[in-house]
Amino acid sequence: MGVHGHEVREPEPPVAFLDSLVLGEWEDRVQRGLFRYDVTACETRVIPGQYGFIAQLNEGRHLKKRPTEFRVDKVLQPFDGNKFNFTKVGQEEVLFQFEASEDGEVQFHPSAPIDVENSPSVVAINVSPIEYGHVLLIPRVLECLPQRIDRDSFLLALYMAAEAGNPYFRLGYNSLGAFATINHLHFQAYYMALPFPIEKAPTKKIISTGSGVKISELLNYPVRGLVFEGGNSLEDLSNTVSDACICLQENNIPYNVLIADCGKRIFLLPQCYAEKQALGEVSSELLDTQVNPAVWEISGHMVLKRKKDYEEASEENAWRLLAEVSLSEERYQEVNALIFEAIARGDDANGGVAESVIGEADAKPKSGGEVDAINKNSCPAMVSGTPECLVLQ
Amino acid sequence: MDSQLGLIEQSFNNRYTLWVHEALDELPDSFTITDPSISGHPIVFASRGFLKMSGFSRAEIIGRNGRMFQGPRTNRRTIMEIREAIREERPIEVNLLNYKKDGTPFWMLFKMSLVFGKEDGRATHFVAVQVPIVSRKHMRNSGMSYSEDGGGSRLREIVFGSCRREVCSDSLLDLDRVLALDSDDTGLEIEDSCEASDLEKRKAATAIDNILSVLTHYSQLTGRLVCGKRCSLPGMGFISSSLYISLGRIKQSFVLIDPHLPDMPMVYASDAFLKLTGYDRNEVVGQNCRFLNGVDTDTTVLYQIKESIRTEQACTVRILNYRKDKSSFWNLLHISPIRNASGKIAYFAAVHTEEGCRNQDRHGLSLEMRQLSAIGAIKVAVRSLSMGAGPSKS
Repeated sequence: MGVHGHEVREPEPPVAFLDSLVLGEWEDRVQRGLFRYDVTACETRVIPGQYGFIAQLNEGRHLKKRPTEFRVDKVLQPFDGNKFNFTKVGQEEVLFQFEASEDGEVQFHPSAPIDVENSPSVVAINVSPIEYGHVLLIPRVLECLPQRIDRDSFLLALYMAAEAGNPYFRLGYNSLGAFATINHLHFQAYYMALPFPIEKAPTKKIISTGSGVKISELLNYPVRGLVFEGGNSLEDLSNTVSDACICLQENNIPYNVLIADCGKRIFLLPQCYAEKQALGEVSSELLDTQVNPAVWEISGHMVLKRKKDYEEASEENAWRLLAEVSLSEERYQEVNALIFEAIARGDDANGGVAESVIGEADAKPKSGGEVDAINKNSCPAMVSGTPECLVLQ
Repeated sequence: MDSQLGLIEQSFNNRYTLWVHEALDELPDSFTITDPSISGHPIVFASRGFLKMSGFSRAEIIGRNGRMFQGPRTNRRTIMEIREAIREERPIEVNLLNYKKDGTPFWMLFKMSLVFGKEDGRATHFVAVQVPIVSRKHMRNSGMSYSEDGGGSRLREIVFGSCRREVCSDSLLDLDRVLALDSDDTGLEIEDSCEASDLEKRKAATAIDNILSVLTHYSQLTGRLVCGKRCSLPGMGFISSSLYISLGRIKQSFVLIDPHLPDMPMVYASDAFLKLTGYDRNEVVGQNCRFLNGVDTDTTVLYQIKESIRTEQACTVRILNYRKDKSSFWNLLHISPIRNASGKIAYFAAVHTEEGCRNQDRHGLSLEMRQLSAIGAIKVAVRSLSMGAGPSKS
């Protein structure tokens, strides 16, 4: 493909191989009756408004979903083999194995017996799907990693998004405390051939890193967050986002990540809804909808279990719910400062040169001394070992 | 690829008399015309002005998709906006960074409008006008100016936007590409964003009007009129251009059947289906699939298919089918109900595979997997595209 560069006149590339593989295997499981319900029979519509939030009426999902089995105030918790994890799923739920080798070559293997030697990553179905093609990417499944991002696994997720080559196949990640339900490292993905509201939000550039990654902030959107784009390579983009995620994890700040546009745009959203819930600060009206704002909800895709909520769904309601999820402006700026400092450290380690900040003065990273002070009060990073952890400030 | 070129020629020949090419060539503006009903949504016409501006030859452009002019600095959100305008069949005007053949990035005002069939209300073509954005304030490069008179130095054709005070210097990679054009330039910078002036917007609007005038005029002579706005509501069995574009990406042989219309006609047939059976599109769309059956087709299998449709189940059968030239082939046929966003069945999709043909494609996907992936892709397209508040979709 593309051997002769400009001279090869080919029409739009056909559906990419990975795309076909996911769709084909998923449809196969549909026909084998492995899903708890037919998600394509769930009514769904775009709510009229500026952003076009997407509402789905899905009464079956919450009834049959696996309950959350761990405490929600700690972003880092050790893996517990006794709780549900992905080594316990049926073989038929696994669609294929997926690996990226060191030179960036991606390989797929059908769901034959899992190749134990090479610590494979797998893609499995989500038996309670929220849209067609809802799958789980489980990096190095047999290593039983807890739900926390590291550079390798994030890169794998980005590879998947890029390989699928479909801007409507997005990946998402929920940290513990941001409505992940299983403490076993996994990303989610599904198809929705519509823009997500978050993708439509305007952005304002904050900085360009030494490795060419452009970081912007979301404007005019109920949840405050950052957008990462560009990078001299996919790896550079991946590492920058990973470093930001790791920083949040180590500071016990729950967050969600949306990988969109074939891996070319990545949204990072710190949140505090679970904490507010625990402190009783969320209105009962919002609680009654039982919408837990994880990455898809924050992106603008709301799955509702009550007909009443579906019929009354409005942009205003959606906005109001998501605004509860967002960090306050003040806290958001503090968190950004932590993130930029972590990224700059990562950049320096790679020999990059951080560029000057463009934009508002308060977007500048704080001095080293203040950052250290914040770190000392936060959760210790390591998972293995002591579970002691202070509650979020 | 020959058939694709054939389709591209037909794209115009169906609607307009042959003189339309010359008339369009007389317009000085830079513009492209695309056809959403052809797989890949390719460019079917590129004006002389466009070729001059972009540096490509006609042969390098016709048949390709507009994304070929995008590059690393092209704003992703803007691309999404354009993609959504296409999907929702509405006009759009944005500032966009594109790349010429030699790799130079440049800013332009991108204005896209639609052409509709007057009688059936369907979007037949998209027209895109490109007006380069010229900076008046910060021309950093002496001797470089955009001249309306045209001709002469290649440098004059190169336009850089530097509209704002704040600039962000590129990585060395981009600078190298840009600097290659003129070694005297130092500090050449490409903006992160750019605004077109009122003059440029007027230019774009005038260009669109001129193009539409030409197209309207030349469609009158064939009797298959077009207009710039949708004049009639699309009828039953209407497949929106965005569904066409999505379905066009699926390489398998398949058809969509509308069970709500009398005699359950085919409302869409893929290129691969036409190739497999030897028919032309206009011979099959609107017909019931029974024309594929013949003397030796097993009637119990036909009954099985009917039952599956009636009970809204998927099924796979092996059936003897006939091509246009009367030759027969064994068809591994897979049929599945396809629901739209309301949750109800909108179509049945029938995917065909000729028995005995290559069992695996080069990536190793089995025949069965390929069939199922086609079904999956159809399900996603039909469901997603009916969620919105766009033009009505069945």
